Amino acid sequence: MGEHILSWMTFFPVIGAAVIAFIPSERKEVIKTVAAAAAAVPLILAVKLFMEFDRATTSFQFVEHYTWIKSFNIEYFMGIDGLSVPMVLLTALLSFLCVIASWNIAKAEKGYFALFLILEAGMMGVFCALDFFLFYVFWEVMLLPMYFLIGIWGGPRREYAAIKFFLYTLAGSVLMLLAMIAFYLNTTDPVTGGHTFNMLHMFDQANHNSWLQLTNIRHLLWLGLFIGFAIKVPIFPFHTWLPDAHVEAPTAVSVILAGVLLKMGTYGILRISYPMLPDAAVWFAPALAILGAINILYGAYCAMAQTDMKKLVAYSSVSHMGYVLLGMAAFTEAGINGAVLQMFNHGTITAMMFLCVGVIYDRAHHREINGFGGLGLQMPIYTSVFSFALFAALGLPGLSGFVGEAMIFMGVFPVYRTVAIVSALGLIIGAAYVLWMLQRVFLGPKNDKYDDLPDISTRELVTLVPIGILVLLFGVYPMPVLNLMKASLNNLIKVVAG
Amino acid sequence: MELLHVNIPNWSDLATHWRPEVMLVGTFLLALLGDLVVRGRRPAVPFTVALVGLTMAGICAVRKLGVEGGTVMGDLVVVDGLAAFFRILFIFTGLATVLFAWTSEEIMGKKRENKGEFFALTVLLTLAACVMAEARDLLMLFLSMEAVGIVSYVMAGYMRGSLRSTEASLKYVIFGAVSSAIMLYGLSLLYGMTGSMQFEGIRAGLQTGDVNAFGLLVAVVLVMAGMSYKIAAVPFHYWAPDVYEGAPTPVSALFSVGPKAAGFALMIRFFYTTLAAGPDANASAGLIAQINWPLLMAVISAATMTYGNLVALRQANVKRMLAYSSIAHVGYLLMGFVLLTDAGLQAILFYLLVYTFMNLGAFFFVVAVNNHLKSEHLDDWVGLGFRMPWAASLMIIFLGSLTGIPPFAGFAAKLYLFTAVMDRQWFWLVIVAGLNSVISLYYYFKVAKAMFLMSPPEGADMSPLKLHWLQYTVLGVLAIPTLALGLFFGRFKGLADRAIEMMTTGL
Repeated sequence: MGEHILSWMTFFPVIGAAVIAFIPSERKEVIKTVAAAAAAVPLILAVKLFMEFDRATTSFQFVEHYTWIKSFNIEYFMGIDGLSVPMVLLTALLSFLCVIASWNIAKAEKGYFALFLILEAGMMGVFCALDFFLFYVFWEVMLLPMYFLIGIWGGPRREYAAIKFFLYTLAGSVLMLLAMIAFYLNTTDPVTGGHTFNMLHMFDQANHNSWLQLTNIRHLLWLGLFIGFAIKVPIFPFHTWLPDAHVEAPTAVSVILAGVLLKMGTYGILRISYPMLPDAAVWFAPALAILGAINILYGAYCAMAQTDMKKLVAYSSVSHMGYVLLGMAAFTEAGINGAVLQMFNHGTITAMMFLCVGVIYDRAHHREINGFGGLGLQMPIYTSVFSFALFAALGLPGLSGFVGEAMIFMGVFPVYRTVAIVSALGLIIGAAYVLWMLQRVFLGPKNDKYDDLPDISTRELVTLVPIGILVLLFGVYPMPVLNLMKASLNNLIKVVAG
Repeated sequence: MELLHVNIPNWSDLATHWRPEVMLVGTFLLALLGDLVVRGRRPAVPFTVALVGLTMAGICAVRKLGVEGGTVMGDLVVVDGLAAFFRILFIFTGLATVLFAWTSEEIMGKKRENKGEFFALTVLLTLAACVMAEARDLLMLFLSMEAVGIVSYVMAGYMRGSLRSTEASLKYVIFGAVSSAIMLYGLSLLYGMTGSMQFEGIRAGLQTGDVNAFGLLVAVVLVMAGMSYKIAAVPFHYWAPDVYEGAPTPVSALFSVGPKAAGFALMIRFFYTTLAAGPDANASAGLIAQINWPLLMAVISAATMTYGNLVALRQANVKRMLAYSSIAHVGYLLMGFVLLTDAGLQAILFYLLVYTFMNLGAFFFVVAVNNHLKSEHLDDWVGLGFRMPWAASLMIIFLGSLTGIPPFAGFAAKLYLFTAVMDRQWFWLVIVAGLNSVISLYYYFKVAKAMFLMSPPEGADMSPLKLHWLQYTVLGVLAIPTLALGLFFGRFKGLADRAIEMMTTGL
């Protein structure tokens, strides 16, 4: 597996899904074990990747490059750099933990785990693909499993949430598709002279023909790509699918949605929009910063108004992704490194929060913040784990959430002073909704209704503790992640902003 | 007058170029005769004859692929790359239909009489469709279209006892007659303007430049009207939903693919030969300048896809929904016609290939469900995904492909169409088509929602349903290319490309 490590990481889950399809549906334990094994392999390979990744170079590593469809110049081109590595690690980690977290799924297990593994393959592929067509295929491959995962195993309004998610994302991807075709038709492969889907050729502005150099066209293409990615992030005003999808999805799927899928939006902007259309990126940067600020404040205010725990966490994601946008818009070293670090950290922190919400939902069968009270006495271990996640979310120094946000503000302040100051209010509101929820759920007089709730189980702890360790570790010493991405990201700034 | 200049048919041409067609004629006659011998009591006889005949014709057609073609019947028809491509498509469609109809209650149900006829008629329709793809003469164009039409009328009304089926047939006949008449008028104008029945003669006549632009526009619009009826393009689509809904489902499946693809084959040959400037196919420079062909086609295309998709949104009957969806797909296909470029026509061919697999698959799934539930209504389909998980999963593949999302073949097909149109900067059309794909997602996945997402009402029958092994096989055979052509389409796209190249260089 050494040679084609990225392909193995991407397609091993697919093999697992295929195997699961042929296991009789009564053999539930077998199905779950196969799923766990299929998700474990990418995780092990991710560790290997982490060890072997060369931190000094800015070029792509672990590259696999083959001709796929010759007549259309489509290539099977996989490779990773400092931008994609954190995302690949995050995907492998969360996917495995989510399989474990799904152990108590009690409906059509076979379909659930098969779809989940296909979903993992799609996510992994998005972060590894270096051919635009390949990227697009992986991007879309996720939609179908996600639709069914929300739609079959979700909450009461699952049908609505599932199709809403599907329609929103597809609308965005169609715009991306059109932009992709425009790039394909107007980029020349320097070697063959034909059209190309190769992203590296698209990055090189010298390969763009004169049509693609028109400012208006570039701005339009940027917008097309941006809306496609913005729906995924989601950026205000394209965010309305998110609360529905997150709330209705089963716990593990919410984790994947918030932990990985949202990152694909910002990843797409950094991977595709920035280097392909650097001038447009700079032109739109102030707008991006303002949208980031809107996301931060709007998401935080919405979170404050929620009475459903899961919805609160969902809106907190909107708010936290706003910080990422803000950092990206600055084009400073601290800003962009902070943004990608925040992508990784938000993935881990929000995963913890969703898992914690899932724990209480499994026991109490509701998530009403006002329906609990004094849970700290009843479930002490659970309370400390959830509080840990919540403090990480509000940006407590010493936990990883703080590092990314601090770096972002350091990077943004010199460039967009007013926006940075306004956005900083989001930190306060963030603390407010987190603490208020903490108080209502865990503190105060004990609610007698929940006298017999058992504390968090070992299996649940197994999913939470590894993430918790990472949150703590990267809060104290974020260099392992920062070192991974620094070289590539600094190079990106140089390319885009000169 | 060229009309009078008809060569004596050369029998050796028949044997070399027209072997599959000759086989189809033989199969049709044998199937009829066989049915007569067993007095309609043992449909297995015509079924077997049709099966064997279609298979043999299919093998023969595949072996002729890429072989230098030629004209048959005194230049009335030509067997070239285009014809060879479509011939295989039609025979495959006929074969799949015959196989699936064999398991369909609607066709083979106990109370039905004259079951054997169905198989003979399917062969005849296949034959007529093949000729449509080969016609290069106004006379043959009209004859083959009428042949397809008349067989279709009979098949639509196949369930004689059923009011729905009879109504469908009658509607089909009336609409068909009117549109044939309109087209005939257009053809006569063309003949009058150019003095030739042959497509190439018409082009030569038009190229003299001595043609009234308005007259040409009227003629083209009238001819286009007749063909729009055949492919069910707006505004000549009104028959389609009623006929598809009323006809037995295997017949609807056949209609939604066979005659439609034949219509496209004919349109490609007719309009490309008569209107495009030449083999290099930068058509916008040539004759076409006299009429605004691109705009005409772009408007028809956009209107057709938008209408089909919007109306399909509101359908609760799956068969009717698929009928509107097939109208929408005609809209996508017409995008390739806008510029009459090679890339556009090649995209049409590839799209038709993919469309054949996915649309037949979707319709056949309806047949399979119909056998058990006797209903095409979505309300009755709730929970079906857990009663027939494998078949329903295949249906998801067909639906995903019809929507046009990767990794399914429908996406690759759309990609080619979009690219061909975008290459000539028709952005608004591509944007309309893109938005239409999003709209179509909603209704296609209404089926997925009913089958998998919705909870069945209390006490609903949730017992597993088993399909006939033949149904699993055919659905599987259709699903494989629907999936594989989305990821590895190079070779099959090459087939479509060569078919168009052979036609254009043969001019």
